[in-house]
Amino acid sequence: MVSLLKRSLAIISILIIGYWLAQGLAGVPFGQDKMLVGHYYLQHVKEQTGAVNAVTAIVVNYRGFDTLGEVTVLFIASTGVGALLWRKKRERTAKTEGSVVLTTGVELLFPFIVMFGSYIFIHGHLTPGGGFPGGATIATAFLLLYMAFISYEIPHRLFENLEGIAGMSYVLVGLIGLAIGGYFLFDWIWQTWHWGTSNLGRLFSGGFIPVIYTIIGIKVGTELSGIVDNMLKEEVGE
Amino acid sequence: MSLPSISVYYFGAISLVLIGLYGVLVKKNLMKILISLSIMETGVNLLLISIGYVSGKSAPILSEGIGPAQAVDPIPQALVLTAIVIGVATTALALSTAMIIYEKYGTLNIEEIRRLRG
Repeated sequence: MVSLLKRSLAIISILIIGYWLAQGLAGVPFGQDKMLVGHYYLQHVKEQTGAVNAVTAIVVNYRGFDTLGEVTVLFIASTGVGALLWRKKRERTAKTEGSVVLTTGVELLFPFIVMFGSYIFIHGHLTPGGGFPGGATIATAFLLLYMAFISYEIPHRLFENLEGIAGMSYVLVGLIGLAIGGYFLFDWIWQTWHWGTSNLGRLFSGGFIPVIYTIIGIKVGTELSGIVDNMLKEEVGE
Repeated sequence: MSLPSISVYYFGAISLVLIGLYGVLVKKNLMKILISLSIMETGVNLLLISIGYVSGKSAPILSEGIGPAQAVDPIPQALVLTAIVIGVATTALALSTAMIIYEKYGTLNIEEIRRLRG
């Protein structure tokens, strides 16, 4: 047990920090319009990117470097988990198979969850969501398979290749933009080809946002499934 | 010393951060420390999102009836999207480190781990 002194010291210092933070935030009015760049984004998002969802347009188009860094962080995390938990002989050691209701339910639900995940990342420029939520949804489907079956394993070779190919094609899309438009992650589909300019708000619009979000969705889905796979395996004796 | 009057969203976000900080300071179990870090992260994300709110306006998805003048600030939402993914990545790394620590030391108590090493 932690001593009473330590607890009370922690509580006192936390209250001081909290008062200090609240004092600082009292100068930030809640619910008022504080946008500076936000107005520019909201007013120009349609003609500059072709997306109606301003958040995904910012994430992919205006601030695409952030997303590239984010994808890199996730890739390094999944590689790191793989490197930390690396053993020669690792297998799944689950003891009990799921009940009939669970296994049948998972088998029935699996295609629907994958379909819904794909829906989320394909429609990233129109509806809430995008590559990261869609990829996480797809990883959930594989997590369900891991939970329901004793000996299920993801197709490793396919998943690792998909992950690498998706990561490379994101950079490739950016490099094509560099070749066409003069800077990295230039939206060449929208600003050079004007492809989809006439059907704004429909599926085939949005410049390269659906392309990049499909790539990101595949990458995130395979990476999170790989992390789950690494964490659920245990070392077995020879 | 009077208490500053702040919005309930700011208050909740600050409270989440402070609860997480308390857990990091006081708890001895490594898993509880990781949970506290997750709670702190949630608090920071909530604070960012609530700073971007403009009262009476809707989500920044421009559709029928929602023009650029009726949307909230989209930038904090994009920032939080990034922050959530990074939080998940760091949590995954930290959890696998915790798994290795438990395999090696047989305990998750941070004091005992320190003793075994030294």
